[in-house]
Amino acid sequence: MSAPAAAAAALRERRVWRTLESVPDPEIPVVNVVELGIVRHVRTAGDGRIHVGLTPTYSGCPATEVIEQAVRTALDHAGLDDVALETVLWPAWSSEWLSESGRRKLEAFGVAIEPRAGAAPACPRCASRNVERIGEFGSTPCKAHYRCRTCLEPFDTFKCI
Amino acid sequence: MSAAIAPERPHATAEERFEYTLRLADTSLVAGQRLAEWLGHGPALEEDLALGNIALDLIGQARLLLALAGRIEGRGRDEDALAFWRDAGQFRNVSLAEQPNGDFGQTIVRQCLLDAWQLETYASLAGSLEAELADIAKKAVKECRYHWRYSSGWLVRLGDGTEESHRRVGAAVQDLWRFTDELLTPDALDARMTECGIAPPAAAIRERWERRVAGVLAEAKLPQPARSHYPWHGKRGVHTEALGHLLATLQHLPRTYPGVSW
Repeated sequence: MSAPAAAAAALRERRVWRTLESVPDPEIPVVNVVELGIVRHVRTAGDGRIHVGLTPTYSGCPATEVIEQAVRTALDHAGLDDVALETVLWPAWSSEWLSESGRRKLEAFGVAIEPRAGAAPACPRCASRNVERIGEFGSTPCKAHYRCRTCLEPFDTFKCI
Repeated sequence: MSAAIAPERPHATAEERFEYTLRLADTSLVAGQRLAEWLGHGPALEEDLALGNIALDLIGQARLLLALAGRIEGRGRDEDALAFWRDAGQFRNVSLAEQPNGDFGQTIVRQCLLDAWQLETYASLAGSLEAELADIAKKAVKECRYHWRYSSGWLVRLGDGTEESHRRVGAAVQDLWRFTDELLTPDALDARMTECGIAPPAAAIRERWERRVAGVLAEAKLPQPARSHYPWHGKRGVHTEALGHLLATLQHLPRTYPGVSW
């Protein structure tokens, strides 16, 4: 690729990233798909076409297809209609892929994050460590359900897998 | 793909790879459909959510695996064609997966025996020479880990619970144990896949499965039945009658309205 072509490609890739940052997760709309850590790459292929790699959070997450459609629509609206979407399975998503800003937004929204698999999080409301797990499964595949023994509020927790 | 295979390994044919991938895919699909039957009927809201979530993971794994099987076969069948347009005799799931739910305890026992097998199988498949299968396995194993935590946790609670719960899960273990040998004993295709570097060695899976299951049965204060040698052949397409009934529900809609979409 020539230097001007490479510069143009880099500019387009940055526009794609910015557009992706405008796509909220359909189930937890306070975070966008980039913060959620499911955009694996944005790169320009040899033919000049941009490829966006998305990874599902869970194999059966029903939001996966909704997210693909939302990404496609956002890119179309931004005039980036010649973008190929591809599914990337490895490395598999885990809560480690959540960005720092994604974590802060989730916690502000009232969703805690397990520090490691099965380990109790702090209550997102009162920060108490005195919490109990009600169920390892919650309203979406990525969440478990906890209750705070200090402020007595139940809360969702992003599972660590 | 061929470049990744060491020269001393034999090459599996597309037909063998297709059949082997179907065994994994159909086991997840059928087990997921069974668990989905619990929706709205769980003994508590949390268990309803849990069984529904596990079903969702299993059906997600099945979709990835069926799509892969369709690509290996190369005859244009996608995940939907394979899930909805094959009859029971063409399904390759292990017989354990299709056994009816029974009560909550029976479902937990079936799931626990199956989770232990899926967990060990996917963990080993991460090193498979079938590269796409390895990627699916590396994702699935993370999900199977907490499926196992759930089912084994409940087995201990019920086995080491009341007299009634102990009696009921104990009876379920005795009843379902006869389907476990099929999980652990390789047939000619399994052996061939191991030889080709696609499937893990069956002896290692058996050893890890037995250790895992023996540990949880001991903790649940349940006796371990003697090894069963009864030959079930779900993975060769010879099923118990339960599968036909399950497929009737699973396949009804697309067969009644072919090509229907939302």
